[in-house]
Amino acid sequence: MTATNEIKKSIIASVWFMFLTFPIMVMKVNTVTQTVEWRWHNMALVGVGAFFLSMLWRYLLKRKEEGGKREKKAGLSLVQRLLQEKQFALPGMLIIALITILFPHIFSMYQTNIMISALIFVVLGLGLNIVIGLAGLLVLGYAAFFAVGAYSYALLNLHFGVGFWIALPIGGILAAVFGVLLGYPVLRLRGDYLAIVTLGFGEIIRLVLENWNEFSFGPSGIKNIPKPGFFGMELSLQASTVYIFYIVVVLVVFTIFVINRLKNSRIGRAWTALKDDEIASQAMGIDKAKTKMRAFALGATWAGMAGVVFAAKTTFINPASFTLWESVIILCTVVLGGMGSIAGVIAGALLLILLPEYMRDFGEFRMITFGAVLIVMMIFRPGGMVEDVRKTYKFEK
Amino acid sequence: MDFEYFTQLFFGGLTRGSIYALIALGYTMVYGIIELINFAHGEIYMIGAFTGLIISSVLTMMGMPTLAVVVLAGMASIVYSCSYGYTMEKIAYKPLRNAPRLSALISAIGMSLFLQNYVLLAQTSDFLPFPSLVPEFEFWEPYSHILTSPELMILSTTVVVMVLLTLLIKFTKIGKAMRATSQDKMMASLLGINVDQVISATFVVGSATAAIGGILIASHIGQINFYMGFIAGIKAFVAAVLGGIGSIPGAVLGSFVLGWTESFFTGYISSDYEDVFAFIFLVVILIFRPSGILGKSQTQKV
Repeated sequence: MTATNEIKKSIIASVWFMFLTFPIMVMKVNTVTQTVEWRWHNMALVGVGAFFLSMLWRYLLKRKEEGGKREKKAGLSLVQRLLQEKQFALPGMLIIALITILFPHIFSMYQTNIMISALIFVVLGLGLNIVIGLAGLLVLGYAAFFAVGAYSYALLNLHFGVGFWIALPIGGILAAVFGVLLGYPVLRLRGDYLAIVTLGFGEIIRLVLENWNEFSFGPSGIKNIPKPGFFGMELSLQASTVYIFYIVVVLVVFTIFVINRLKNSRIGRAWTALKDDEIASQAMGIDKAKTKMRAFALGATWAGMAGVVFAAKTTFINPASFTLWESVIILCTVVLGGMGSIAGVIAGALLLILLPEYMRDFGEFRMITFGAVLIVMMIFRPGGMVEDVRKTYKFEK
Repeated sequence: MDFEYFTQLFFGGLTRGSIYALIALGYTMVYGIIELINFAHGEIYMIGAFTGLIISSVLTMMGMPTLAVVVLAGMASIVYSCSYGYTMEKIAYKPLRNAPRLSALISAIGMSLFLQNYVLLAQTSDFLPFPSLVPEFEFWEPYSHILTSPELMILSTTVVVMVLLTLLIKFTKIGKAMRATSQDKMMASLLGINVDQVISATFVVGSATAAIGGILIASHIGQINFYMGFIAGIKAFVAAVLGGIGSIPGAVLGSFVLGWTESFFTGYISSDYEDVFAFIFLVVILIFRPSGILGKSQTQKV
């Protein structure tokens, strides 16, 4: 009885989707020659696909509902347990360190370059994680700070010949200044209002960069940004790629270190408290304004530094690299990986950047798959890949 | 600063604002009920425009009279947009009803990406020319230098839609249920309102207004592509927040204010910074009125 019922439901879903996709999948109008191309095979495809997918969908939803109760008892996932076990931690770290050091020597320069961009996004993700994961402030314009970093290196170099190593902290500091500039007026806003103002802020920065030709050279961007030199030596293309790879790795390690320390510090706990309950934490003596500003400033600093490295890596920047879309991708790495969890954000960033890159063989289907993965992931694993485990203190009798 | 230029900008802003309003309504209604920023709402508008284009071209090629084409294509586009809105809610948002807000937001972003690329793959990435569905009205001829017939059409359609929507929400049973649900979901369901149905209905109504906006703007501008929903969606969302998200008159007012801001600033100052003005205006408004022009200020309870 249930089986026929299920089949009936699937047939309904299949018919519904055939109806739904009819104009867009089947008809293709050529407005110039005034002809219509009918593609009936697509309809059959949709029908069959929807039939099986809807079955799978309902099966998974059901399993999720049943599993919901069980999973809570099981507690930590495999990854989290692995991270907590001391005996695995050290060898694991060593293996990861070894792979990272050898990576540019084993793989081709193309692979190394992809890895560098992925690692830049790891830094960005970890930076945004401070603002969203720890302090609970939803920021949708994070790419703006990234842009501030990248442009500060490019412009300082262009006008004053400032080198990479000096620009790195300056980019970070400038981004932090912008973070404070943004943070100050939005302190009163909460939730979605905050999200939309930060989105607006990101767009303002991008549009100014795009239109203020005298300052930022407009949409054509800035070319010939030098790669970092090794103690004054000019490096070959190959060597400098490897060099940048190591710089990014060091930056990632430094970021992880700082965030780990922050998380368990006074500020980190203040963030968590503010995230959970603003009024209660203010009553406990936490300065709301100062604490939030610190989150903005610190989060922006990492984006600024990542921006400097990005400019040095690509040697060419223009406003098109800092659109809302970049902000959304960074947000997705944080949420998909697991908010607040460092390992999760790293995994999320690597996955989100590397997956579309290696799926280039699928060509045009990669973005649509990416969208579907986001939805499915949120429904079946909303906490992200590696959920954050909060430190808890148990009272034992 | 002559008066005619001013009126032109005024009506230009009004037209722009009407389109934003048609899209912003969907945002604000959905937000009012389930507190979700439906990022994929702009995509519904895009799908409405595409369906309208496809159906109207096919019908024109079959040799139907213009009026029939306009009516049929408009209806098809509304029906399809509603169906997409309904399905979208069932797939991407319903399983996340009790999940954290951010999960639903990410799911919405995923949905937006999916729909954009679905249209890109099934149709084309090029700009498609959209036929001007609105004829030049003869009786309007003497005034057409300040307000063109398509603009008049957009304005009057918007007014009609607003009135219908207000009637729907104020006086019908489903409208009452919507208001109840947005106030308190739990209490509404205790009183025998099927909350799931109300949420679906909200998506359907929001999608319908977005589709109307989609066809109107597409036939006004004259071209569409798969990416058009994104920017329009963001702008409409800004308008909704400006007016106070969750409030329907607020969305309309916010849209007009946004339309005028853009129109006057670009007309009198510079056209390069059109979007910058819109966003700066938003930031300024929100600093002084953190919950929008007509939004209720949220008092936080302990």
